[in-house]
Amino acid sequence: MSPYSAHGSEGGDRSLQRRVFGLTDPFGPPGPSFSAVLRAVAPEAFPQLPPTPAGAAGLEHVDGTTVLALTYDTGVVMAGDRRATAGNVISKRDMRKVFEADSWSAVAISGAAGPAMELAKLFALELEHYEKIEGFPLSLEGKANRLAQMVRANLPMAMQGLVVVPLFAGYDPRAGVARIYEFDAAGGRYEERRFATSGSGGRDARGSLKARYRDDLDQETAVDIAIEALWDAADEDSATGGPDLVRGIYPLVAVIDAQGYREIADEVVGRRVEQVIAARRR
Amino acid sequence: MAMQIGYVPPEQQQRDRAEFARKGIARGRSVVAIAYADGVVFVAENPSPTLHKISEIYDRIAFAAVGRYNEFEQLRQSGIRLADVKGYQYARDDVTGRSLANAYANALGAAFTESPKPFEVELLIAEVTAGDGADGVELYHILYDGSITDETGYVAIGGSAEAIRSRLEAAYRDAMPLGDAMRCAQQALAGAEERSIEPGRLEVAGLDRNRGRRKFFRLTADEVAAHLADSATDGDGDSTEDTTGDTDDGS
Repeated sequence: MSPYSAHGSEGGDRSLQRRVFGLTDPFGPPGPSFSAVLRAVAPEAFPQLPPTPAGAAGLEHVDGTTVLALTYDTGVVMAGDRRATAGNVISKRDMRKVFEADSWSAVAISGAAGPAMELAKLFALELEHYEKIEGFPLSLEGKANRLAQMVRANLPMAMQGLVVVPLFAGYDPRAGVARIYEFDAAGGRYEERRFATSGSGGRDARGSLKARYRDDLDQETAVDIAIEALWDAADEDSATGGPDLVRGIYPLVAVIDAQGYREIADEVVGRRVEQVIAARRR
Repeated sequence: MAMQIGYVPPEQQQRDRAEFARKGIARGRSVVAIAYADGVVFVAENPSPTLHKISEIYDRIAFAAVGRYNEFEQLRQSGIRLADVKGYQYARDDVTGRSLANAYANALGAAFTESPKPFEVELLIAEVTAGDGADGVELYHILYDGSITDETGYVAIGGSAEAIRSRLEAAYRDAMPLGDAMRCAQQALAGAEERSIEPGRLEVAGLDRNRGRRKFFRLTADEVAAHLADSATDGDGDSTEDTTGDTDDGS
């Protein structure tokens, strides 16, 4: 049935076209999943490491560290520090760990930076692809489940030390509620109504959030609490970067509510950070 | 006196296939695309609010089709898959309307000669680029047999395309506001059919180059009615002197 079936082999784009237009069975794979399309038509581009010998587990790589999310009265805040480390070397000072997944959700990553960023990119494409093919977006729970499957598919890489543990937060415009989802390397998915953290400084950030979180936070206070929690994590954990006042690099803070995903401007975060510092100075 | 049973000369076969495809396409209703001030808008008469003829393919690229729904729906999905895979493998900027239009032309052309039955569809691929009015819009028109043309400013596809095109030619001006462009399309569609078309039966979507990464927009029935009413109040028809205020496309 493929219009290309009678053609001989052609290079590059033509052969990709042939494979894409060959997927004509509406009930067969890949359905509305982008990663399934990619596996079917360009498996060489699918982000997966070949199996390596057990000894290669200590592979040197870049790690991203602390990310967190907390809900407030009308939405959810997601924030991350900006440091990436390779062993005990700081490899990047302005890394992005919070990514817009679609207009109503965001994913924050910690763990091996390379695979984690690839996961965030692939996940955002997955949501966009579904929306375009089906004509309407996935439900919030559907998005979280899809991400859990993608984390689980990463398990072989996690076994080699390239662990990726995302946080997912989103706003459900139909129900009018914000939700946070945590994951583990095995693909477990845990819904969280208040706050969640991930990464090497996650424990310290969680303690800080636990002490300050209330059920009736407004957005401004929630952003302040997120900045404080990242400060506390950077205070205790060497792999988490504090605000860099010299270079003007501040935590990345995003909010998602009925107006959708947006990031808080650097100047605003910078002012809040200075307030946090002023309150703690003695 | 040996008759060659089952032999059809190739010329005859091509003609039969073309006629078959044209008949199928003529049964459906037409779609119009017009370049307007901020990009391109597609207008189609479509009684169904959910079975769309106009769709988003990629950041700057949209798709419209007439003919058999199941066939162009399959082509639409293939286009989205191709664009998304290319954008992932290379970069988002590397996905262009031209390469997508070529892919469709290849697929339709191959099906026209090789498949048991040609596609009964006609496609439009639009891409917005930097530039004003019609200069910032690329329009590719692809026929059932894979032939492809690029058009400037406006284009109509479907059974009554010729009648619509002559009406558009008279009414079209470069860089119209959205409401005027929609009205121009509505009148051309209605004029060709020789009856009036209610705003509620129009499917309107397009590409607005002032939007963020994804330029595609789709207007709800209420927004369509509001835009058409707006353009009707300020200077009816062609004699628009100065349109009062920007037409707000309701984000």
